[in-house]
Amino acid sequence: MTQTLDTRSGVPALLNGRQDRTRSFDLADFPPVNGREEEWRFTPVKRLADFFEDSGSDATLSITTDLPEAVTVETITLDAARAHGILEPEDRPAAIAAARAGGVTHYSIPPDAEIDDPVVIRANGTGDDTVHGHVLLTIGANAKATVVFEHEGRARYSEFFSVVVEDGASLTLASLQLWDDESVHLGQHDALVGKDAYYRHISVTLGGDIVRLGSNVRYRGPGGEAELLGLYFADAGQHLEHRTFIDHNTPKATSNVMYKGALQGKDARSVWVGDVLIRPEAEGIDTYELNRNLILTDGARADSVPNLEIETGNIEGAGHASSTGRFDEQHLFYLMSRGIAEEEARRLVVRGFFNEVIQKIGIPEIESVLNEKIEEELARSVL
Amino acid sequence: MTTLSIKDLHVSVETETGAKEILKGLTLDINSTETHAIMGPNGSGKSTLAYALAGHPRYEVTSGSVTLGGEDVLEMTVDERAKAGLFLAMQYPVEVPGVTVTNFLRTAKTAVDGEAPKLRTWTKELSASMKNLRMDPDFASRSVNEGFSGGEKKRHEILQMQMLKPQFAVLDETDSGLDVDALRVVSEGVNAAKENSDLGVLLITHYTRILQYVRPDHVHVLVNGRVAESGGPELADRLESEGYDRFLVEA
Repeated sequence: MTQTLDTRSGVPALLNGRQDRTRSFDLADFPPVNGREEEWRFTPVKRLADFFEDSGSDATLSITTDLPEAVTVETITLDAARAHGILEPEDRPAAIAAARAGGVTHYSIPPDAEIDDPVVIRANGTGDDTVHGHVLLTIGANAKATVVFEHEGRARYSEFFSVVVEDGASLTLASLQLWDDESVHLGQHDALVGKDAYYRHISVTLGGDIVRLGSNVRYRGPGGEAELLGLYFADAGQHLEHRTFIDHNTPKATSNVMYKGALQGKDARSVWVGDVLIRPEAEGIDTYELNRNLILTDGARADSVPNLEIETGNIEGAGHASSTGRFDEQHLFYLMSRGIAEEEARRLVVRGFFNEVIQKIGIPEIESVLNEKIEEELARSVL
Repeated sequence: MTTLSIKDLHVSVETETGAKEILKGLTLDINSTETHAIMGPNGSGKSTLAYALAGHPRYEVTSGSVTLGGEDVLEMTVDERAKAGLFLAMQYPVEVPGVTVTNFLRTAKTAVDGEAPKLRTWTKELSASMKNLRMDPDFASRSVNEGFSGGEKKRHEILQMQMLKPQFAVLDETDSGLDVDALRVVSEGVNAAKENSDLGVLLITHYTRILQYVRPDHVHVLVNGRVAESGGPELADRLESEGYDRFLVEA
């Protein structure tokens, strides 16, 4: 535990270790948010009042999908979802989302199923009412699948997303935030990773006014493997926040986090907070987390905060890297002095920057969306 | 044959105390078959000349003219100058993460020529150039200048010069920081480029060492922003034994 001073307010605040953070389905366990809390201090909470209010609407996202035969979807109760052992909400909006969602949308992939093509689920926002959603995705033992959630349109979406990866299963879950400019999306994506299972979570955030997503992993047995990938591109006025938390609570598991973001325009804002907790029982684990930001213009700001709590020294490895660089006049001059026009130079540098993470995503459908959307972002460029 | 013609060039840079004039009326004509060495003490304006010719935004041309084959270079943007046939081998090449040398070179070549190079001949030529410059084939797939040693960066600059085939190349202290072996490799690279096509070279250097490998047709001594003396290769030999002292006393 660390005693520290909140330098902004001058009021001493207790920064708890990550294991002490509240997790609960009971809203009463989460006091009102004022924006000075460690987990909210980067977020424009004043513009999110409806997400902290315990009131509901009938609004939903409009879902279109063409599920393969093996995959089923049904609405179940929260109790039924909890019987799968799902993790609890860890902040007020997630707790409200779970309570107000009006049931849990459960996508289920049976044991031993091998689904080659990505399962694409399109969620479309159609209005300004706050939408609460609770999704549960379970994948049975030794099954293998890729699931893509594509978010588009105009919405204020408060999301609680539970994932259970059974022993030996392999799941890639991608969440694409391609929202319209006015949209707001708060989400908590929680995965429970079974023995020798593989879980890959991909966040791609390009659209929206405010997007704040948490991607969390806890293990349910030894030998689990987790890879959290992220890519974001913040334009003028956009607030894109990603938080990752790997809870190494079992031996011999591995985790790898790689988030990369580009920013351009006035008040373009990104936040990455990467927490890794290595508990005393997590012997022999290996973890690495990386966040890199590329600032393309003046007036943009990227915050990058890696936190590593290590409670056992008996591990294979634990590392982190974080950097925020600028596309500056030296880069531009160098490339242009080789005949490359300014716009092409910027494209080259941004593509190069994202290349590392795009290669890791390895899903052609997402790659083509990314290529197109990154072009669009660059076309808006105002250097 | 074309001519790069610099006339009465005045260049200022922004400093904390305001604009400071570095070049104070520099005049020089270079033919595309010639090699000119520009020598001079530190602070005489050598690098400023290189950056001003390439169009770096921090260097402001306050008066004078630069033409290439009669075209006004000073009116051109940085990339237009490259397309017109100017190349600057930089003293401090910039790292571009995630952009491979291959991709960078092909993009630049396409930009300079206005069309993509033919894949087969291009690949062959690239690997031949890399071999002659003693560059490991791995370099092609590495990020531009990222993690390159000082010598590797300089070889990479010469590689670009060979592949882009400019009419005029300004080599800004390409010899600095190189050991004898690297210096020889880089010099051979410059000589090879000259043999293969017309290439006017403006070799900017503080030391005479590289002139043993790349023989200049003309040597100019730059002092306080002007050409203080011009001569043949013998001038370099004299500088080797006497240094720049006599110029500094006059200045």
